[in-house]
Amino acid sequence: MTEAVPSYLSPTGQEIVFLLLGAMAVGSALLVVTTRQLVHAALWLVVCFGALAGCYLVLTAEFVAWVQVLIYVGAVIVLLLFGIMLTRAPIGRTADLDSGNRAVAAVVAVATAAVLVTVVVDGFRNAYAPLDPGAGSAGELGSAIFRNWVLPFEALSVLLLAALIGAIVISRTDIRGRD
Amino acid sequence: MHVVYPAVVSALLFSIGVYGVLARRNTILVLMSVELMLNAVNLNLVAFDVWLRDRLHGGQVLTLFVIVIAAAEVGLGLAIILALYRNRRTVDLDRLRALAEPAPGDGAASPAPGRETAARAEETP
Amino acid sequence: MITTAALVVLLPFLAAVAGLLGSRWPRHVRGDHPGGAQTGPERAEAERADLAAGRRAAWIAVVPTAVSAVLAVWLAFTRWAESGHDPGGPFPFEAGGGTPGAVTGTLTVIDTGSVPISLGLLVDGLAATIGVLVTLVALAVQTYSVGYLHGDRRYPSYSAFISLFTSAMLLVVYAADLLVLYVGWEIMGLCSYLLIGHWWEDRANSRAAVKAFLVTRLGDVGFLFGIFVLGTAAGSFRIADVLAAVPGMSSGTVVAATMLLLAGVAGKSAQVPLHTWLPDAMAGPTPISALIHAATMVAAGIFIVARLHPAFLAAGPTLDVLAVLAALGMLGAALAALAQDDLKRVLAYSTISQLAYMAAALAAGSDSAAVFHLVTHGAFKALLFLCAGAVIHAVGSNLMSAMGGLRRELPVTFATMTIGFAALMGLPPASGFFSKDEVLVAVERAVAQGPLTDAAALLLYGSALATVAVTGAYATRAWLRTFFGQRAVVALPEPAPGVAHVIDTREAPATMRWPLIVLAVPALLLGFAGLSGVHWGTAALSVAVALLGAGAVYAVWRSDPLSDPARMLGPFRVPCERAFYADSAYRALFARPVLALARLVVRTDDRVVDGAVRGSGRAALGLSGLVRLTQNGNAQLYVTGLLAGVLLIAVGAVVFG
Repeated sequence: MTEAVPSYLSPTGQEIVFLLLGAMAVGSALLVVTTRQLVHAALWLVVCFGALAGCYLVLTAEFVAWVQVLIYVGAVIVLLLFGIMLTRAPIGRTADLDSGNRAVAAVVAVATAAVLVTVVVDGFRNAYAPLDPGAGSAGELGSAIFRNWVLPFEALSVLLLAALIGAIVISRTDIRGRD
Repeated sequence: MHVVYPAVVSALLFSIGVYGVLARRNTILVLMSVELMLNAVNLNLVAFDVWLRDRLHGGQVLTLFVIVIAAAEVGLGLAIILALYRNRRTVDLDRLRALAEPAPGDGAASPAPGRETAARAEETP
Repeated sequence: MITTAALVVLLPFLAAVAGLLGSRWPRHVRGDHPGGAQTGPERAEAERADLAAGRRAAWIAVVPTAVSAVLAVWLAFTRWAESGHDPGGPFPFEAGGGTPGAVTGTLTVIDTGSVPISLGLLVDGLAATIGVLVTLVALAVQTYSVGYLHGDRRYPSYSAFISLFTSAMLLVVYAADLLVLYVGWEIMGLCSYLLIGHWWEDRANSRAAVKAFLVTRLGDVGFLFGIFVLGTAAGSFRIADVLAAVPGMSSGTVVAATMLLLAGVAGKSAQVPLHTWLPDAMAGPTPISALIHAATMVAAGIFIVARLHPAFLAAGPTLDVLAVLAALGMLGAALAALAQDDLKRVLAYSTISQLAYMAAALAAGSDSAAVFHLVTHGAFKALLFLCAGAVIHAVGSNLMSAMGGLRRELPVTFATMTIGFAALMGLPPASGFFSKDEVLVAVERAVAQGPLTDAAALLLYGSALATVAVTGAYATRAWLRTFFGQRAVVALPEPAPGVAHVIDTREAPATMRWPLIVLAVPALLLGFAGLSGVHWGTAALSVAVALLGAGAVYAVWRSDPLSDPARMLGPFRVPCERAFYADSAYRALFARPVLALARLVVRTDDRVVDGAVRGSGRAALGLSGLVRLTQNGNAQLYVTGLLAGVLLIAVGAVVFG
């Protein structure tokens, strides 16, 4: 796999699309963590997740992309918006969305990025993945899940049930623990 | 497709998530940043699955699992945040100081404000 | 015979136990401080109980001592009769423990693993003689104390301590083993401490007691090690064995052992380097001064040297040191006695001086002369102290400037004290004349021949003659100042509570008067017991010299009866009064540096040792204060730290891994 690495100077169309989508995801993610408005953060998160779904598509993982759109964009973001509403968060610009920890956090984050990027670039400079359309289709993934990954899948369903019950117990005030 | 591209994008997203977790005050924003980090991992998983041509599609299946777990996590996390909000009337992380030891001098006389409000919340049914 | 000796030792001991435990039993009524918040009847009851306890304690104290004295006299008499009247010596006494005729008895032998200790008693001429002296003086003192301390609340314990002391001294005298002897020696030191501090309410008294205890203890350390050296060298602690083994020891061993013993002797007998405790010990009741510091305890040191005299004779350097110390001590103490105003201190310094005479005789090689002088001195010095007690009892002050013209008011005391002073000066026919003559003859012989080096012997001889003159002078001065001239009118302060200076201008009570009279007899006549041959030349010289000193004082006194004849000392008066600044020198040389060192140690302990502890505590608190700044409860900060740490580890793993 490593011997036939095309040059970085002549990107394919898929690569260009991926890089654009990646830049979009990174940019909107930056806006998520820097915006002054809470609701805007949630909305930028939608953009970020959508861009990521596009990335998945380019990487031929189409089923994952649709699930991403459905669950993240459809469910998680809605949940987050409900959370924002229920906690009576201020709508509009607020100056105090950042804690005093910001400078240290920036240092740590930049250092993390530097380390990760350095290591990743150093490690995968010669790795090339030829894209094969249809490899991540719903049929392929479905057979993989239900042939090879059935047991984790079932366990996961139990986990989801437990999380569901837990969320209900935590959020309802008329259920009290045994004293 | 060079593997470096998705890997770098994922690393950047992860770092941004780290920044969000460390720098944001509002707990819901922290939760969003956690989601960013999870998505960074997902991107990595998908990319490497494609690169390695996994017969079992371990990467993509694990991505699906992570998405499901993330959904559950967001649900639970929000429930916790709501309970917190009901008890403390705030979701600001840096005002939740119950972990701190009492300052010298006001040890037993005046407990930390968080503990006080917690006690009050327990009194109300 | 050994049973009798054991009885002599044990009876006073039992009396001490009985006196300590039984005086107030079974009523247990204790008079608390008279000024306390007691109501009248209770107080009267307490005082009555005190008096009853005192009476009972007096019987407990006097009767066993009397029995003991009788037994001791019988012991000495049989001893003397058995030994065939001992025609050679001037006195019924034989030198050394190894002489034939000595009777020893051993109760048991304690096996220590190396050198065994034998619990045993030894009766020979020396022990029998000194035993008689001790018991008789103790009896006189006990009787005298009944009157002197009448009404004292602590009389029961006081008399019990005297009994214990007597027992300890008798143990020293009759002991056949050096360690047994040491037991008695140490008990004497303890009793001395207790009795000097009898009136401990006065701070000076307890200081004097502590001083006596510490100084004698200093010497006793040397004494104990001397015993060890002798015992290990001889392979036995039995006195007879030790003396038998002395000729076989190397001279270094003998010199070391005797030098160490000499330290104990100097401490106990108040010889020059360690003499300073004796004048201060006059803070105790006067009978104690008579008993301990004149007749018996200080005699223990001389007794030890006499007991181990063969060992000392084998150690020439030790004898030289002893001679020099004796020469310095006798003259210096006599001069100091000449300048004192306190009657008891005069007698105390005279005791040091007379003990130095005995040491001189021992150094000159004549233990018989030393013991002869020891016995006569015991008699007349006890007499002098008891007389001084009577005078003090009458006047209410120790100071001679408060006395004068007492011969009409205290005729008995005057007569007996005159005898005592005559004996002290060595005037015939008093006992001191004969014993001092013996000593002087011995010293004179030592100049020509003997164990001493010539320089030491000459120094000793000159010093002894000079001391005879000074002795005459200070005795005359004290006699004149006390009994002649006009009664000095001094407004006496009311005695403080607890100080038993009962002012009573009449003659002392019978219990105090009779011991004086009884003691005056041996003080006057004891010399004839040892009368074997007076060396008339020496005797005439010494009497002449003594009269010279006395005459000089008399002349000075005659010119102005009201002022102190000590003024004839001129510029030397102040140094003499301060005993040549020995106390000041000790204070500057030892007390101050030790105190300074103690303060330094305290400060070091406070600043450095405790400071380090406190400083480490403070440093830990400060550091933890810094650290707890991060412990502010902000979970984000914690996570930041966590991630930064993970990052560092990752970088480390990448770079170094």
